Amino acid sequence: MSNPYAKLPGWAEYGLIPLVNLVVAFLVAGLVVLLVGENPLEAAYHMINGAFGRGEYIGFTLYYATTFIFTGLSVAVAFHAGLFNIGSEGQAYIGGIGVALACLWLDKTMPWFVVFPLAIFGSAAFGALWAFLPGWLQAKRGSHVVITTIMFNFIASSLMVYLLTRVLKPLGSMAPQTRTFEAGGQLPKLDWLMSIFGLDLGNSPFNVSFLLAILAAFGVWVLIWRTKLGYEMRTMGHSPSSARYAGIGEARITVIVMMISGGLAGLMALNPIMGEQYRMQLDFVQGAGFVGIAVALMGRSHPAGIIPAAILFGMLYQGGAEIAFEMPAISRDMIVIIQGLVILFAGALENMFRPAIGRAFASIGRRSAAAAQTRGA
Amino acid sequence: MEFFHTIIAILESTIRVSVPLIFAALAGLFTERAGVFDIGLEGKMLGAAFAAGAVAAVTGSVMMGLLAAILISVLLSLVHGYASITQRGSQIVSGVAINFIVAGSTVILGEAWFKQGGRTPALAGDARFQTVTFPFADAVKDVPIFGPIYSNLLSGHFILTYVAFLLVPFSWWVLYRTRFGLRLRAVGENPGAVDTAGISVIWLRYRAVICCGILCGFAGAYLSLAMSAGFVKGMTAGKGYIALAALIFAKWRPVNIMLACLLFGFLDALAIRLQGNPLPLIGQVPVQLMQALPYILTVILLAGFIGKAIPPKAGGIPYVKER
Amino acid sequence: MSDIAIELRGIDKSFGLVHANKNINLTVRKGTIHGIIGENGAGKSTLMSILYGFYQADSGDIVVDGNKVTIKDPNAAIASGIGMVHQHFMLVENFTVLENVMLGAEDSQILNTSISKARVELKRLEKEYALEVNPDALIEELPVGLQQRVEILKALYRKADILILDEPTGVLTPPEADHLFRILGQLKDQGKTIIFITHKLREIMAITDEVSVMRRGEMVATRHTKETSVEELAELMVGRRVLLRVEKGTANPGEVKFAVENLTVRDGRGVTMVDNVSFNLRAGEIVGIAGVAGNGQSELLEAISGIRKAVGGTVLLNGKPIDVTGHVDPRELRDRGLAHVPEDRHHVGLVLKFEEAENGILGYHHDKRYLNGVFLNTKAIQADAEEKIKKYDIRPPNPRLKTANFSGGNQQKIVLAREMERGPDVLIIGQPTRGVDVGAIEFIHKRIIEMRDQGKAVLLVSVELDEIRALSDRIIVMFAGRVVGERDPDATEGELGLLMAGVEGRKEAAE
Repeated sequence: MSNPYAKLPGWAEYGLIPLVNLVVAFLVAGLVVLLVGENPLEAAYHMINGAFGRGEYIGFTLYYATTFIFTGLSVAVAFHAGLFNIGSEGQAYIGGIGVALACLWLDKTMPWFVVFPLAIFGSAAFGALWAFLPGWLQAKRGSHVVITTIMFNFIASSLMVYLLTRVLKPLGSMAPQTRTFEAGGQLPKLDWLMSIFGLDLGNSPFNVSFLLAILAAFGVWVLIWRTKLGYEMRTMGHSPSSARYAGIGEARITVIVMMISGGLAGLMALNPIMGEQYRMQLDFVQGAGFVGIAVALMGRSHPAGIIPAAILFGMLYQGGAEIAFEMPAISRDMIVIIQGLVILFAGALENMFRPAIGRAFASIGRRSAAAAQTRGA
Repeated sequence: MEFFHTIIAILESTIRVSVPLIFAALAGLFTERAGVFDIGLEGKMLGAAFAAGAVAAVTGSVMMGLLAAILISVLLSLVHGYASITQRGSQIVSGVAINFIVAGSTVILGEAWFKQGGRTPALAGDARFQTVTFPFADAVKDVPIFGPIYSNLLSGHFILTYVAFLLVPFSWWVLYRTRFGLRLRAVGENPGAVDTAGISVIWLRYRAVICCGILCGFAGAYLSLAMSAGFVKGMTAGKGYIALAALIFAKWRPVNIMLACLLFGFLDALAIRLQGNPLPLIGQVPVQLMQALPYILTVILLAGFIGKAIPPKAGGIPYVKER
Repeated sequence: MSDIAIELRGIDKSFGLVHANKNINLTVRKGTIHGIIGENGAGKSTLMSILYGFYQADSGDIVVDGNKVTIKDPNAAIASGIGMVHQHFMLVENFTVLENVMLGAEDSQILNTSISKARVELKRLEKEYALEVNPDALIEELPVGLQQRVEILKALYRKADILILDEPTGVLTPPEADHLFRILGQLKDQGKTIIFITHKLREIMAITDEVSVMRRGEMVATRHTKETSVEELAELMVGRRVLLRVEKGTANPGEVKFAVENLTVRDGRGVTMVDNVSFNLRAGEIVGIAGVAGNGQSELLEAISGIRKAVGGTVLLNGKPIDVTGHVDPRELRDRGLAHVPEDRHHVGLVLKFEEAENGILGYHHDKRYLNGVFLNTKAIQADAEEKIKKYDIRPPNPRLKTANFSGGNQQKIVLAREMERGPDVLIIGQPTRGVDVGAIEFIHKRIIEMRDQGKAVLLVSVELDEIRALSDRIIVMFAGRVVGERDPDATEGELGLLMAGVEGRKEAAE
């Protein structure tokens, strides 16, 4: 019944262990770099330089981080209710429809700050809709959400190909994408925020959806730990039978949580569509939904952990591009490896180093106790 | 007669695309029946395909390629086993991780070693599987009905194709007629029963996971050594997930797995064949719908609208001795 | 050859901070039934798990048949001739009896030959020990008593000479238990050695030759059963005279607060667990439901508290019906004055990963006192928790501590405080003192009586007959899902025991 591992102080539990897991993931990634005959330290230098070396780089890093905050929150919210939403990828993809519709409708007539709230609503609504079905199927029909969301990712992908090649594509165009939005469909960049720190944003697409992401993170914190719904979610996540006893409707919570999770995933679409490309393209999500799994695991499903974890992955994405440029043998696929390693070490193997760390703490505790005793004597 | 030839052609490509699905779904059958869920079929298959393509290109031997595929796939399985059996981590998280690690490393290593944009060099001759022609296949080719069926549909496939179809009854036999199979099914239902009977749950599950690795190795080798002449990045293209869907669709039973894979393969073959051509009676069907159909069907099955898929009872739960 | 089957010398085992077995010495003679008795958590199961190779002792020796052995896994135990019937059966439900019996003891790689050999051997065992069971039946289709028989057959099939039974009667009806005792007697006559673990004194007296008593991880005494008494054993188990009588005045029952009429409940498999049950609760009385575990009490509790849907019947709470066959919201029942202390506090009554204060509002989290709109009022929740901690003497007095870190008794107090302090009209309590230390038991019993004296209607379900007799003003006995009788608390243990066994009940029903 009790925790099989020794109890650790909070900072070790939430700081040290994730850090150790992360370091190991990077060490293994370093081995892959060695394997292709390059110098891992040089790669690390390019990565960090590429991510933070200039205002523009930082802008790109934060641009990617914005995306990952949304998807990380999406996965984390579901985790709290004991649900594993692997479908953030597809929900973000479908969420794009909401953004595109708002922009295509109003971009020529309205300013961005009118279109933006509509696009927020649209993206969240479409994302939530795509998560509703798996949630409903689990709640009412008992089909496991892990499997159905995987299936829904593929269905979303086929659906979007269809929409972008047949429906949303402007007449006469060959490319599977919507038309480019006018000013109303373009989010302003956060030059002012960067200039406070004396940085120049350059060409990077760092935009106001970052602020929305921070707001969403705060909102998720409030939701989970400060609302009745969050209390009900956590009850269900920890103990479904207690939830039933407390009169917490499992079906209701499952559906609501999946929709919140899907809505958060959908918001991610704002960043690339309105913030960078100013149109909806095929495959604009580019695996961000899956990065969200890594981010949520790294951040221990807590918004205060998810933001740094998302920035870390933003750094990988931006710095990874720099490595690819400087060291052609290492393409951006390196990031995918690191992402997988982080998921492996921070997720599936999260307990691997815990016993050793626990023992270390126990022996330090004993030694200092012994030392105190000898001093006392 | 034209229609008949079209049918034969579609069925022939159905078999071709079903083979990796059958290998992979049977692979999943072994681990999932033992209580270890595996959404890393995709990654293992991809890793195996790469290993096969790379080693066959370097050694010029198709057998070395196949062995390398099996070796890599088993290694990946062992990583999954270590995470989910020994460390009792989340089986789903571990599977996801493996898919990513492989997706990234095959490209990086492929590019570093062969510099062909993530491909391995094109294979020819002994470095690739050859098709097997049945006796008299040429002679009976023009016999109506029987001719095309014998010489096009049954004959002329790769040896691995026949292996895949033979593995279906073989897997059934292993699971239901051997001691190993009995224990494997037991450990997926109630590991406590296996443990108290004096059998190691951990070693049994590791063996199941290794079986999965071997079969995924075949699946990957088929992709890069038979179906194509070499490895292309991301060449599994979701086949691992379709195999997973087929496994569920088949309710974790060997013969059903073959039928489910053939069905999904048929949909795929049909989609390729149609490519904008209208379907008789139904009319124009978007190719994307055909591609999504396996997933849609699986969701409908999971929803319990056509039967109920009940997974092994201990599936997904790490075994902890009770206190 | 020695006449000692098993000797344990200085067995010691700790799990983290819990010292489960302390320097245990035990000698079990061949061809005897040796009882091991002790309260829940005394360390009996741990000791037997060490003997069966499930855990390894930290120190100490195991001597089987005169030879010192190392039992590193169940395989080694089986090889030493030790077989075990577990409390929770270790059977594969969708396998046949035959498949379960031979699992792990197949004699070839190919099943067919194993199956035919096993069938012959099973037939022989069935005959030799009168343990009949259809070898081709699926386990999930067998009643519990037969499933246990399969467990015994499994051990015999592996040529066990020493049979360990861990709390074997917990899931059995009295006739099934009697049948089990007959089987055990027969096995003894055939020269088998049996170690019988239980916390029920009656069973020890009925069938064992010798008995060893465990208390808090220690082996405190071994006696010849003939030379000891229930009283002595009880004292050895608990460490002091057990207070079987709780101080309480006479009840003043008032109006009917809760009425159950013709309630029928089925479980997930469609088996009728509660069959046409009727009773009522008056204000200011405690009604106890006695019965062997698994006779429908759990399902009854779940149905009347809104956790499980009933298939028929009506329930009136304060005179107004509860829609037990349709959708019942446990929240609505709470609002209407029903409080429920569930049988299983670990998985139902509490969320162990929550802080103490968070568990203090479980089920009452809709209450405006704890909320600001849709937000939690953390200050109010904290203050509420601190008040209850003081009143119920919950230790350690820290509302921010994770619930898993409290002892069983304190966890139970957390649940009781939450349910009792709301001032409900009707209080339903399942297994109030299961896994609770002696000190807390007294406190809990007193609180229950207090609730009665305040005029609450209390329904008490417990498998501890002593507890039922000590607390109840009326006793209802359930057997096989039915109410088979109602008695005063003065009814003798024997009379109630017969009712619980379904013997008297059947007669009454027939009349």
